[in-house]
Amino acid sequence: MVVAIVRRVAILVISVLVASIVVFAFMAVLPGDPAQVALGVNATPELLAKTRQDFGLDRPLVEQYLSWMGGVLHGDFGRSYVTGEAIGPQLLDRLGVTLWLVGAGMLVALVLAVPFGALAAVWHRRSGGTAISGLSQLGVAVPAFLAGILLVQVFAVQLRWLPSGGWTPPNQDTGEFLRGLILPALSLGLVQGAVLTRYVRSAVLDTLGQDYLRTARSKGLRPYPALMRHGLRNAAVPVVTVLGLQLATLLIGAVVVERVFVLPGLGSMLLDSVSARDLLSVQGIVLVLVVAVLVVNFVVDLLYAVIDPRLRAAR
Amino acid sequence: MKVRISAALALLLVISACSAGSTASVGAGPDTLAVGFTAEPANFDFTRTDGTAIPQALLYNVYEGLVKLDADGEIVPLLAESWTVSDDRRTYDFRLQPGVRFSNGAPFTADDVKFSIDRVKTDWSISIKSKMDVVDHVEVVDPLHARVVLTKPSNGWLFDMTGRVGAMFSPTGVADLANTPVGTGPYQVASRTRGDSIVLRANPDYWGRAPAYKTVVLKYIKDPTALNNALLSNGIDVIAQISAPDSIPQFENDTRFTVLQGTTNGEVVLSFNGAKPPFDDIRVRRALTLAVDRRALLDTAWAGRGTLIGSMVPPTDPWYEDLSGRYPHDPDEARRLLAEAGYSDLSFTLSVANLPYATAAAQVVASDLADIGVRVTIEPLDFPAVWLKQVFTDHDFDASIVQHVEARDLTTFGKPSYYWGYDNPKVRDLIASADAGTPEQEVADMRAAARTIADDAAADWLFVYPNVVVAKTKVTGLAANQVSESFDLTGLG
Repeated sequence: MVVAIVRRVAILVISVLVASIVVFAFMAVLPGDPAQVALGVNATPELLAKTRQDFGLDRPLVEQYLSWMGGVLHGDFGRSYVTGEAIGPQLLDRLGVTLWLVGAGMLVALVLAVPFGALAAVWHRRSGGTAISGLSQLGVAVPAFLAGILLVQVFAVQLRWLPSGGWTPPNQDTGEFLRGLILPALSLGLVQGAVLTRYVRSAVLDTLGQDYLRTARSKGLRPYPALMRHGLRNAAVPVVTVLGLQLATLLIGAVVVERVFVLPGLGSMLLDSVSARDLLSVQGIVLVLVVAVLVVNFVVDLLYAVIDPRLRAAR
Repeated sequence: MKVRISAALALLLVISACSAGSTASVGAGPDTLAVGFTAEPANFDFTRTDGTAIPQALLYNVYEGLVKLDADGEIVPLLAESWTVSDDRRTYDFRLQPGVRFSNGAPFTADDVKFSIDRVKTDWSISIKSKMDVVDHVEVVDPLHARVVLTKPSNGWLFDMTGRVGAMFSPTGVADLANTPVGTGPYQVASRTRGDSIVLRANPDYWGRAPAYKTVVLKYIKDPTALNNALLSNGIDVIAQISAPDSIPQFENDTRFTVLQGTTNGEVVLSFNGAKPPFDDIRVRRALTLAVDRRALLDTAWAGRGTLIGSMVPPTDPWYEDLSGRYPHDPDEARRLLAEAGYSDLSFTLSVANLPYATAAAQVVASDLADIGVRVTIEPLDFPAVWLKQVFTDHDFDASIVQHVEARDLTTFGKPSYYWGYDNPKVRDLIASADAGTPEQEVADMRAAARTIADDAAADWLFVYPNVVVAKTKVTGLAANQVSESFDLTGLG
């Protein structure tokens, strides 16, 4: 068990290092001069050269990478070319918004997927089950940003029940915070929920056919209690795998949804930083996203063991 | 899905019921106004960070200069009650408003004028600091009388004083410009949420007329549709400038809103690389200009909103005259000129900014030029990063389309190193004598320069970008034109 964890951590660290090199290399080949973008159209060549020097862009790429990565390892993400401020605290701020969004989206997805998926499995020979399957198929086909635009049209522009966008920090006004979070969370969650419903359905369906469930039934348990006590935990293993993958998808989906709903999260910061060629910020954000995804996968791996005692021995 | 939607609806109702009473609008109170913008300031320090977003928020609202530019493009008094110019046009005497204080309590005097102007040369890092190079020195005659002496006469200097470089600072208020701006204006910065908004509060000790709104929230919404939705859903009260013209009719047809349409300083220019063939041949430039139907282009690319100009002068400049008829749409004449110049089989690349107005205009230009047998390849460039590097700095292009937003940028045609690749000594002389002469001479010379570059077809001025402001009907006093660097909140209400 300990060896397994150490091995997973080693893989995590190597993945992060490789990712950081890839991110850095991508930004290095991106056309456009950060100094020019920062200074605008009136910049003189002397000022441009000086600014490039200030940014450290005149150094060899390897040296730029090492100094950046060295800083990151100490928690210093550098200073933004555009604002001149430290990137680290900003990343933390923005990550908070994105995590709320992803968390709320995941909650919506789970609240929808677990009961409906289970129902679809139990009812798999009835019209209700078919209806749920069909509708989830439809949900899978809708991209999150489209769901967002539709939700805004209906609930913000037409009905005016909820804000069309914007962000209120939870500690400032909890009511406003929740109201602002509903539509973005639904746009992310409805689509992910549809995907997840299908996995829950097939996992539960699989469990329903297992011998231990038949045994449980034959000793007198009614169908639902049997499924609750013996089925769900077994069905959870494949579902947790998908959940991990989906968290990654949600993080990426959040980039787009943040733009639609004007949320100051990592996604909108990423788009702004790319267009301003704020290379250090972009590198920092992408690195944080990559680490987040890798950590999620890592946690999922550990969760298997928690859910299924048989897997503990195997590791 | 139906089941899911009703479940979601139920959840929604529960949560919105929990917070009943609070509406979705930040502009709920009568004393509060929320204005939506697209570009967010990176910080509050326009002495070290370039771009239009910071002055748009702070100039005239938080910071004030000796003079300001009103919505008609006129230079009017602000912190200077009045001023006189010496006969040699090198010495400006400013009489200052008495009783003015900075938001930190420090009094505003001629010492601050000297401090602020001197500071541009010493502490500013952005390139427009060069606008103060012409200042020789500043004298403090008495606390309410500042004298600025220039190294040579310059009308452009006084105009520049209406912008960022003319903002007045206090020596006691420049410690943390990026976060804590201290000015003499009617508003102070109360708070900011990065990526979302800036809150301005009325300065209780303001020397002038108290502003109509005690609190103004500047909301930053990058996506044009999201910006429109914020107004439609009561999230904001004003959209400072609409950037998607197709969305304007939905506001015009809605009695809840007022739509104001005015002009900007933004000339959308089809530029030719005049330094290299075939564009160094005036006949080619004239032919290409004659071939483009600018009225149809404006209709297609920007829903007919905007103004046709014909030279590098927006309608609000004192030397404006309508030159849009200088090269009327005439494909036959265009073909004849091209043949005469020996370019009957011409093809080139049009490297445009990847912005909606530019790509839309590029399509029309390409199709109009195809009519006269010129093959155009459209190359959209990431703006600003790639466009600035490739076109603006490296001059590695044939033709381009971009909006030139700076005020009075006719002067760029007097700089041979500018990316136009245009050099006409007559234009250079006219621009120089305009700067040095009396205001009357300035107008006459600039007008002559504008005519000359139009005759030379130095570029094809497609149209002036419109300023379309949409507001709830209760908001009054908004200006239709956007010609200064500021989104001026002082005229409201």
